Amino acid sequence: MPRLLLNGLGKSYGPLKVVDDVNLTLEEGEFVSLLGPSGCGKTTTLRMIAGFIEPTTGTISIDGQVLSAPGAVLPPERRRMSMIFQSYAIWPNMTVAENVAFGLKLQKLPNAEVRTRTNRILDVVHLGHLADRYPAELSGGQQQRVALARAIVVQPTVLLLDEPLSNLDANLREEMRFEIRRLHDEFRFTTVYVTHDQAEAMATADRIAVMNAGRIEQVDAPHVIYTRPRTRFVAAFIGRTNLIEGRLSEDEVGLDGFALKLGQIGGAPADLTQPILLSMRPQAMALHRGQPAQRDGYPLLPATISQRTYLGESWDYVVRPAESGLSLRVSAPPLQVHEVGEAVWLEIDPRQIAVVN
Amino acid sequence: MSMTETATLPAPAVVTRRPGFFARLRYLEPSTLLWILLVAVLLFLVAVPIGKLLIVSFEKQGTGGFTLSNYFTAYGRARYIEALGNSLILGTGAAALASVFAVPMAWAVSRTDMPGKGMSWAMVIGAFIMPPYLGAIGWILLAGPNSGFLNLAWRWVTGSSEPLVNVYSFAGLILVIALHSFPLIFIFVKSALDLISSEMEDAANILGAGTWTATLKVTLPLVWPSIIGGIVVVFLETIALFGTPAIIGIPARINVVTTQLWQFFEYPVRVEVAAAYAMPLLLITMLIITGQKRLLARKGYVSQTGKGGERREIRLGVWRWPIFAYCMLVSLLAVIMPVAVLLQASFARAWGNGLSWSNLTIDNYTYLLFRHEMALTSIWNTLWYSATAASAAVVIAVLVAYIVARKLVPFGSALGFLAMAPFVIPGIVMAIGFYAAYAPPPLALYGTALIIILAFTARFLPIAFANASAAVRAVHPEMEEASRILGGGRLFTVRRITAPLILRSIIGGWLIVFIVASRELSSAVFLVGPRTRTMAVLLYDLSEAGNFEVLSAFGGLLLAITLVLVAIGMKLAGRDFMLRRN
Repeated sequence: MPRLLLNGLGKSYGPLKVVDDVNLTLEEGEFVSLLGPSGCGKTTTLRMIAGFIEPTTGTISIDGQVLSAPGAVLPPERRRMSMIFQSYAIWPNMTVAENVAFGLKLQKLPNAEVRTRTNRILDVVHLGHLADRYPAELSGGQQQRVALARAIVVQPTVLLLDEPLSNLDANLREEMRFEIRRLHDEFRFTTVYVTHDQAEAMATADRIAVMNAGRIEQVDAPHVIYTRPRTRFVAAFIGRTNLIEGRLSEDEVGLDGFALKLGQIGGAPADLTQPILLSMRPQAMALHRGQPAQRDGYPLLPATISQRTYLGESWDYVVRPAESGLSLRVSAPPLQVHEVGEAVWLEIDPRQIAVVN
Repeated sequence: MSMTETATLPAPAVVTRRPGFFARLRYLEPSTLLWILLVAVLLFLVAVPIGKLLIVSFEKQGTGGFTLSNYFTAYGRARYIEALGNSLILGTGAAALASVFAVPMAWAVSRTDMPGKGMSWAMVIGAFIMPPYLGAIGWILLAGPNSGFLNLAWRWVTGSSEPLVNVYSFAGLILVIALHSFPLIFIFVKSALDLISSEMEDAANILGAGTWTATLKVTLPLVWPSIIGGIVVVFLETIALFGTPAIIGIPARINVVTTQLWQFFEYPVRVEVAAAYAMPLLLITMLIITGQKRLLARKGYVSQTGKGGERREIRLGVWRWPIFAYCMLVSLLAVIMPVAVLLQASFARAWGNGLSWSNLTIDNYTYLLFRHEMALTSIWNTLWYSATAASAAVVIAVLVAYIVARKLVPFGSALGFLAMAPFVIPGIVMAIGFYAAYAPPPLALYGTALIIILAFTARFLPIAFANASAAVRAVHPEMEEASRILGGGRLFTVRRITAPLILRSIIGGWLIVFIVASRELSSAVFLVGPRTRTMAVLLYDLSEAGNFEVLSAFGGLLLAITLVLVAIGMKLAGRDFMLRRN
């Protein structure tokens, strides 16, 4: 039996469907990220799981027990969940220790246990020395750690995170990303993490649910989401890609100026409709100064560099194959420098190409 | 895609169990009940009195039949029409003069390196907290035609037999009102100027505008909405003002709407005519406030908030001192001189005899405190009426503000509208409404403490509500949600999280209501009975009796009480707690 189950979940405000038929299962200890652009319904979904919003269709259940259905919502305080908010929502009138102990005291635990568990969790998030400080005396990162400690100390059935890192600066965000993952590896709470930042989702989640316009477009492990995007939206939203239209004839996909063997395209679905859309990551292609040896099924095209951008970790070249109207973004390592206008050979790895809807 | 996820789902039959249904009922019902209760309270406090006022204005005295004769009586005499005109002229004049006092001062305090800014600021606060009718009494002592100090000094210096200034005149009335109402414009304009970045002026300077050009063409136009807003408020306060026009205007035979309303209340009381006569005041106030709201909503002015950019003081050079002198002149006229003569008179055997040891006495104070039959009672009445009204207003305001801000019930904003409605009702009109609705049977509240407390509660509800709304809005909803997800119920959360967070501002709001209620005259004067007089009403009674030494001593007591309250407020709620712009 799954820990958390969203079944046909939907939320409408008048005619506006904010969340539309969302289905998702989380096994115990699993970490799933809801990823999508702002307004895609991910926060509404999270707040429905928390019990702050009543669904208009579908149900939410935990361990087989329905917590939310239209017209019947168990209030948040009786769900034994915990949540980390975008604003942190650290109570400024309580010390760090009082903030963290709040949920434990509500569970009517004996004082000694409240104290030991509070101290232990504060040590885990490296805040033991700040227990008696007030939140106003802490930095943003430390406040974030207080929020984390307050949420995990109660050992929730489900831990919810609502864009918890969006108010931090870039360096701290990266640090906290690993911190959240570290805490998850240590405690293994079932976790739903809402974010619009794909790097955050990639770094933290076991699986990513990509949301768009109220619907879940794809749920998969991060590397699958990246290499095998199933829809045009997922392909374009996660990372950078070249979306190319092609036509299927027999076992070949005809593109502008060259063709690919369908059998060599990784994980192509059986039912294809014309025209088919391919997602070709910049890493799926390589540039060569001289003509390399032809590998079977790897199209090799003469091409010209038309633009270049140096991104630090890689070069981003825009390449125009000869005898083709295409313009492709290709990634290359920092030491592989080509001038604009230079003639190159473009080699395509068909295994890294995905067919999208 | 998501289809693969649903493949393993159990049948959704569990939905029919609806385990949260009763929990939900339990959490929904109290807020709905509370909503109904609050609607009833607000209707009683706001809608019924105003509705009754409207009805009574069309009723025949005694029989209650429909008639238009009240309106014919109310507007049937040139004297009554003239009073209406006088009110409008008075409002316009006082607002214009007040802005002449306030705008340069606000600019100097906010933007320049003028010396003595702290002192100017303190003087404005002083003028703001001084009850208006005390300023009026001070100015009678200063500028009474025969024995006012200024006129005595003028005659002594020039040997002239004519007085220099006469407070008992239209100009005198305008001056006295402007001197106690200019702080409103000052506060509006200063807080707007405080938000303007120096870069606005720098941008003009770099294009070739000098300091004065930049100030006149850039800075002042940016705060026009605040200046207009301040002027409108002063105008509306002035046409609804009772104390100063009664104390100065009646002896000067200048009749305005409020003093005319007062005369309709002299025996035999003609509530119906007063109600009809109050209508223009009500309509003008409502029209101006809604009109102003529309106008400001359309222009992009109001959004000039934010603290972007650095702020530097403008260097005034040699102009520092003339501008400082101007601020001090205003302070002298508004606070220092009236308070000084008031205190002198309160300790004098005969105030006209000036400062001398033989003229010094504390008899006026001991008379009031130990021998006067009403003085102590009125102090006690004032304190407990104001405290009760402030508590009631704050409780209602916090509940309404919370329900509105957290959208606990549908149509919650109707509550907010009712709570803000008294804002567009002049206090004197509201008092007549309360008299018409609750003085006669079945409630027969005339002469009771209750009717005064109710009227104060209703009258100052908007202040409490604006304050409470700001306080509740400042608490992020996630603060409460964080408690609820950890297992705290809604009421527990409100008690343990929300209440501690808003307590400080709520105390500030309570004190503001308490202070303005403790000096309220215009609505109290219509509702007090012989045993329920408040300090403000007793002060007005004393001013009619004409014993200026005792009157001044009572004014001194009122001032002392006000100062103590303001000091407590500053201690508890911060220095500027009365000056926040809502």
